[in-house]
Amino acid sequence: MTILTRRTALKLGAAGVMLTVAGQLALGQEGPLKIGFVNVGPKDDNGWTYGHWVGAQALEEEFGDAIEITFVESVPEGPDCERVLRELAQQGNKIIFATSFGFGDYTIKVAKEFPDVIFEHATGYQRSENVGTYNARFHEGRAVMGTLAGHLSQTKTIGYIGSFPIPEVVMGINAFTLAARKINPEITVNVVWLSSWHDPAKEADAARALIDQGADIIVQHTDGPAALQVAEERGIIGGFGQGADMSAFAPKSHLSAIIDIWAPHYIQVVKDVQAGTWVSDDSWPGIAAGEVVIGPYNEKIPADVVAAAEAVKAGIVDGSLNPFAGPIVDNTGTERVPAGQTLDDAGLWAMDWYVEGVKA
Amino acid sequence: MNPDLLIPIIITLVGASTPILIAGLGELVVEKSGVLNLGVEGMMLIGAVVAFAVTYSTGNHWLAIVCAAMASMASSMIFAFLTLSLSASQVATGLALTIFGTGFSALFGQAYTGKPIVIFDSVFPDELENHPFWRVFFDHSPLVFFSLFMVVAVWWFLNKSRAGLILRAVGENDFSAHSIGYSVIKVRYAAVAFGGAMAGIAGSCFPLLLTPQWAERLTAGRGWIALALVVFAAWRPFRLLAGAYLFGLVMTIEVYTKASGSMGLFPSEFWAALPYLATIIVLVLISLRRSGNSAAPACLGKPFMPGQ
Repeated sequence: MTILTRRTALKLGAAGVMLTVAGQLALGQEGPLKIGFVNVGPKDDNGWTYGHWVGAQALEEEFGDAIEITFVESVPEGPDCERVLRELAQQGNKIIFATSFGFGDYTIKVAKEFPDVIFEHATGYQRSENVGTYNARFHEGRAVMGTLAGHLSQTKTIGYIGSFPIPEVVMGINAFTLAARKINPEITVNVVWLSSWHDPAKEADAARALIDQGADIIVQHTDGPAALQVAEERGIIGGFGQGADMSAFAPKSHLSAIIDIWAPHYIQVVKDVQAGTWVSDDSWPGIAAGEVVIGPYNEKIPADVVAAAEAVKAGIVDGSLNPFAGPIVDNTGTERVPAGQTLDDAGLWAMDWYVEGVKA
Repeated sequence: MNPDLLIPIIITLVGASTPILIAGLGELVVEKSGVLNLGVEGMMLIGAVVAFAVTYSTGNHWLAIVCAAMASMASSMIFAFLTLSLSASQVATGLALTIFGTGFSALFGQAYTGKPIVIFDSVFPDELENHPFWRVFFDHSPLVFFSLFMVVAVWWFLNKSRAGLILRAVGENDFSAHSIGYSVIKVRYAAVAFGGAMAGIAGSCFPLLLTPQWAERLTAGRGWIALALVVFAAWRPFRLLAGAYLFGLVMTIEVYTKASGSMGLFPSEFWAALPYLATIIVLVLISLRRSGNSAAPACLGKPFMPGQ
């Protein structure tokens, strides 16, 4: 009879770790490493899930027959995703990427049942021994877009269509506004919150309302190109692609885009797992790591403005420029970051205030 | 708010209200015949994706609207067969139709995500369409004029025509209508077909009038708003027009107020809920003024089985 004491439990645990590592080392001989993706949308949504699809394809290019990918689309955030996660684990997938914020609780739960499967959750905050998290510093891209807008806006009024006032979106608004006002301190950014990630008809109406009230550049942090289509129709200076290059929808008005590139992270995770060196941590790279990419600049943008945007990008890459370097004053006049200091990651994730110049 | 904004606000509110109004008029006729079809959202999505596909392939907006109406009408016939011929539950079948329409449109639309089309814009001369004042009447898609024409047409049909009288009789007392020789099932089939066609045209408003793209769940719940408005409008076409435009007005004022950067007083969630609250409150107040008896057709939602 085996009596489970704390010591034997620890031994068993250690043996389990050894077996896992041995199993990973042996994978090369046993067949391809199976990798699962659970996604909230379809791969051709032009935005979020498409980005992960491109990342999965990059894995196939990098590792070829050594891996086998199952890409599950349009899984709702809720009990269904728990079922899909468990199914993928039972089918022998050794790495499972869950790519939506709302999958978090279920990933943690299923991960407990499958301690030898590695889970990676995008945009989440909950980790465990076999669950890591990853995200991208989209706000760095917003700083580059803000620089373009600061140079190009003639009415000095910029419209910003937001989904929900969560830190990720507020970070983008603030990074954009700080960069734009660095070029032109008279710029104001009017925010319209939609309380939805996806309502194209309302996104279009919001864009019309912003343009009617003087905005000549429209920025959106929702999933589709509806605002860009309105910008094109009205002939204003333009807007930016979010998550993907959206120039097909607005060839004249699409100024540039923030593109999510997940491939470097995915390749690193697979390499770590193959080498047995994967540990649960949080990965939050940005432009420097190639995870956030600035799309092509519209040819109507003057060369000196492109150069200014490229300079901001280069500064972020070499670390000489931090989008949240002080002094930063919020829109009620309170100093939030003193000169000479920068906001740390914890400060970014707690962001529930707007910088000077934002009307929201 | 700037008075110069009045005309742009009116134009935007008319556009935002039009699909709700068209879908609501269709459902109003369906419910007047005694049938409750909760599949409006699904039928609108089928109409939206078909309208996009036809416009993308042929560039002909009129053809797109006709095809959208036919496709949604075909889907409504599945509903009609199950509920009228087989006496299935109207509530459950209607919900199933919405789920079917959502899934079908997503599958069929896969080939069209990421492709742009041209909007179905005003057909009036540029001088009228761009005139600083007159554009308030002329800068609208033909779909808008169609919706207004249909308000009058549905009112006339229900209140002035013989066929409308029969339809109402079927909805109020199906056994009496049956006993004096009218075919309850045929009338209801026709009503459901009309409702399906109208939902399809309402769906076509999304890619043709509001935002020229296909995206999954493009209608974002507008079908449910149309359904609710029919009830709050007490099954009257002109009151439905008022309700749809009121909803559009509050929704448009919401985005314009936020866009002016002067809405700091309330959280954004309050503004998002306001169109629903305002419309419900106003229509309930109107309904309260009427004397006692319920406005709902007496046979609404009940299957008709003449054998019993």
